[in-house]
Amino acid sequence: MQPILSVRDLIVEVDTGSAVHRVLDGVSLDLYPGKTLGVVGESGCGKSMTALATMGLLPDRFRIAGGSIRLGDEELTTVKPNRLRQLRGNTISMIFQEPMTSLNPLLTVERQIAEVVELHQGKSATEAREIALETLRAVQIPSPEERLAAYPHELSGGMRQRVMIAIALACRPKVIIADEPTTALDVTVQAQIFGLLRDLQCNTDTAIMLITHDLGAVADMADEVAVFYAGKSIETGPVADILDHPAHPYTRGLMSCTPRLRLGAAARLPEAGTLGEIPGMVPPLGRFPKACRFAPRCPLADTRCTTEAPLPVAVGPNQSALCWHAKEEVYV
Amino acid sequence: MKTLLSKLASVVGLLFAVVALNFLLIQFAPGDPVEVIVGEMGGASEELVAQMRAEYGLDKPVLVQLAIYVGKIVTGDFGLSIYYNQPVLSLILQRLPATVLLMLASMTIAVVLGTFLGIFSARHPKGLLSHFVTLFSLAGYSAPVFWTGLMLLILFSSVWPIFPVSGMTSIRGVQGVFGYILDVAHHLVLPAVTLSSVYIALYSRLSRASMLDVLGADYIRTARAKGLSERQVIYGHALRNGIIPVVTMLGLQMGQLLAGATLVETVFNWPGLGRLAYESILRRDYPTLLAILFFSAVIVVVANLLTDLAYGKIDPRIGGRRKPAPRKTKEATQ
Amino acid sequence: MTDATMEPDIAVTDPAQSPARQPRQPMPDKGMEVPQKPAHPVTEFARAFARNQSAILGLVLLIAMFALTFIGPFFYGVDPYEMVDMPFAPPGGDYAPLGTDYIGRDILAGIVTGGKATLAVGASAAFISVVIGILIGSIAGFFGGWIDAALMKVTEFFQILPALLLAMLLVSVFGAKLLTIILSIGIVSWPQTARLARAEFMRIRKLDYVAAARTAGAKNAYLIFAVILPAALPPLIVAAGLAVGSAILFEAGLSFLGLGDPNVMSWGLIIGQNRNYLLDAWWTVTLPGIAIFVTVLAISLVGDGINDALNPKLRRR
Repeated sequence: MQPILSVRDLIVEVDTGSAVHRVLDGVSLDLYPGKTLGVVGESGCGKSMTALATMGLLPDRFRIAGGSIRLGDEELTTVKPNRLRQLRGNTISMIFQEPMTSLNPLLTVERQIAEVVELHQGKSATEAREIALETLRAVQIPSPEERLAAYPHELSGGMRQRVMIAIALACRPKVIIADEPTTALDVTVQAQIFGLLRDLQCNTDTAIMLITHDLGAVADMADEVAVFYAGKSIETGPVADILDHPAHPYTRGLMSCTPRLRLGAAARLPEAGTLGEIPGMVPPLGRFPKACRFAPRCPLADTRCTTEAPLPVAVGPNQSALCWHAKEEVYV
Repeated sequence: MKTLLSKLASVVGLLFAVVALNFLLIQFAPGDPVEVIVGEMGGASEELVAQMRAEYGLDKPVLVQLAIYVGKIVTGDFGLSIYYNQPVLSLILQRLPATVLLMLASMTIAVVLGTFLGIFSARHPKGLLSHFVTLFSLAGYSAPVFWTGLMLLILFSSVWPIFPVSGMTSIRGVQGVFGYILDVAHHLVLPAVTLSSVYIALYSRLSRASMLDVLGADYIRTARAKGLSERQVIYGHALRNGIIPVVTMLGLQMGQLLAGATLVETVFNWPGLGRLAYESILRRDYPTLLAILFFSAVIVVVANLLTDLAYGKIDPRIGGRRKPAPRKTKEATQ
Repeated sequence: MTDATMEPDIAVTDPAQSPARQPRQPMPDKGMEVPQKPAHPVTEFARAFARNQSAILGLVLLIAMFALTFIGPFFYGVDPYEMVDMPFAPPGGDYAPLGTDYIGRDILAGIVTGGKATLAVGASAAFISVVIGILIGSIAGFFGGWIDAALMKVTEFFQILPALLLAMLLVSVFGAKLLTIILSIGIVSWPQTARLARAEFMRIRKLDYVAAARTAGAKNAYLIFAVILPAALPPLIVAAGLAVGSAILFEAGLSFLGLGDPNVMSWGLIIGQNRNYLLDAWWTVTLPGIAIFVTVLAISLVGDGINDALNPKLRRR
């Protein structure tokens, strides 16, 4: 199957005025129609930056310095700004982390959904209203007719996130990037939102990139996983494989931090009753180690890890990891 | 509805307080009003003084006097102007429209121009214009407004006489309603530009800061993610949010704007309340001055109410918390 | 999000804000934090202020105006009330370098002498308005409830009254004397300070150390003036500085309307007395106006500079 979105060796740099730092350093991902890719990692590892780069929404001072982002057969890194605007919200759309602040407080729900449809599909206001209504129904908002006239402050957090999803969905995009869509919500609402995304995906064959720091969410939702660390995707593969036998020490550490994932490989870890933790912190930007970026925190690190940058190692049919020790089955 | 009622109550309370303050000023002024009037008239007979005292109710207890005073004002009786020798009310009603016109014109110029400058410099925060706006706003705020007016007056009366520098209408050569309107507009240019200079400065600065805030907001990123063009993002999403502080400020500054109008009217002989206040001070015409203070407060209060209304229109989170009435539809009860 | 550039979830340290400006290199060893010794707050403040070019410009202008006002008279001893030349002698004349006014008095002498009164009126009126404002604002903010509601009604009342008109009335009723003018300006211009003080007090009174002092048995008056006020002071001082600027403008306005003290030479008075002859002698009005403008501008620039230096977060605006 052809991937709908394919990111290859993406490099994003930030110019702080005195120095240029690499925020993303060779990130590669593939999204397939009807499938969900879970992107996991600690905050600051470049997950959101990958999403924003894909959308062409990088903040000031950030720029794409290398690699490619292909959407269908278009290259997004070199496409004209006008064409990118046509794609945004239409072929590829994004759901943001903060439903409380991501909706315009002064516009009605109808306006905020209908706007996208009018813009990309050239619909009239009446048609757009119909589509907005349909979309609200699709995201299972109770009494959608009334909600059309509501303002964001009249809605709960879960409702607002449904509206955000409706906006992202309104033009039937081929790709949806969901950046921590449930972090700000209650656990019960979180489950509903995930359920909703799954259902919608079944009906529409949309590819979803789910960005999260929650491995539980990945286990629930994703077909494929990409684990990020310090601006690199350090392990990729099918969700079942990675959860069953994570190859990168960081992935293993991450899993031992997640209580309900202490199954498979992690269950064999010592002190099964307590949560593990990864010693140290993600190094700040510009102070990344030259070779393996995880080496300072890695229990397996040796001299090679601090002198030579690791290359991707295939550890399964579709699974690969960026680690010199990936092949060694070490469960301390 | 409830908020409207409480607002009206507070308006009435404030206006009553203005009346009471006026009364206090009369009471505490050195010499009672009759003495002042008599002094201005250059002396009067004993009987006339006694008669005037009775007329002003000065022989009664203070609280009764206050009640009488309030009663008079409620019925629109602000007394006689000492200088013009006609009812103060009619004098003021003649002058009120000119002041309101000047204030509206200056406010419109200031808000429109100030906001546009602010938006522009917020979009290019390091650009030349941004620095210019910062500098200009400080300069506009630091120059005494009457002095700005005087400088323009020098410029346009001797150097480049394309705008009239005095009055509101030409004495001759004006025909028809349209001609009259054009003529007034022509006369309005310099006073309105002068008065707005202070506020263009202020609003450009304010809207620049608030647009910088708004452009960094999450919902602006959402708008960009929808594929909207930069223009649609700015004018469709950011502007309404960014203008809220300007509207707030507008309401707070009505009193200052009116004070500025007083000075500008004096500079350009604009026949409004401020000019009347200046003339009344020269002539020690206290009844007129007190009434002007009262009507200025009325203007400010009304303007405040209007900005409140505008505020409610712009921001659905404040004011009449509109809940859509539940409509019975099939979809609603799924 | 408070800045134009969205801060992404990756921290970007602003080079302008890190005191140690050594070139930053990727460190091969563990990602340990380089300890950066925080500078003393006053030093940090002075540094921030000194980096602000317009604030420095303001400071220079302000010093210049002070020098003109307080040292100038020793070097230029012409009596500002004396007729030195023909009326309306233009600048550059033999007797009066900046020309003369409608009765032949020296404009330069007027400017040099008049600064003292202008600055004095500005400073003392601002002082009065700030004292009233702090008193009302701190009591309202500290006690809250109905006291706050009542005091804010009074504040609102004074905000609704056009300050200049009220001051005009006060001065014309009680006479155009320097003291009356100062008091009038002070009485009509405190509401803004009161609002600021109230906001600060409301913020600070919730902080832990205030609660600690309260638990230790401090009385309200002590809490207001000894515990909260010092913490609320920095923005209030800036506001007081800016109030001097607006009081100067206010005094000039009153003088322009013929309500200045005719016995005390001030910049506003020169403008007020000569404004009818404006078209015959532009310099009589223009030059004192420039003095006012430069002084107020300098005060605003310095005030803004202090404000920015106190709020490092807003510095990049």
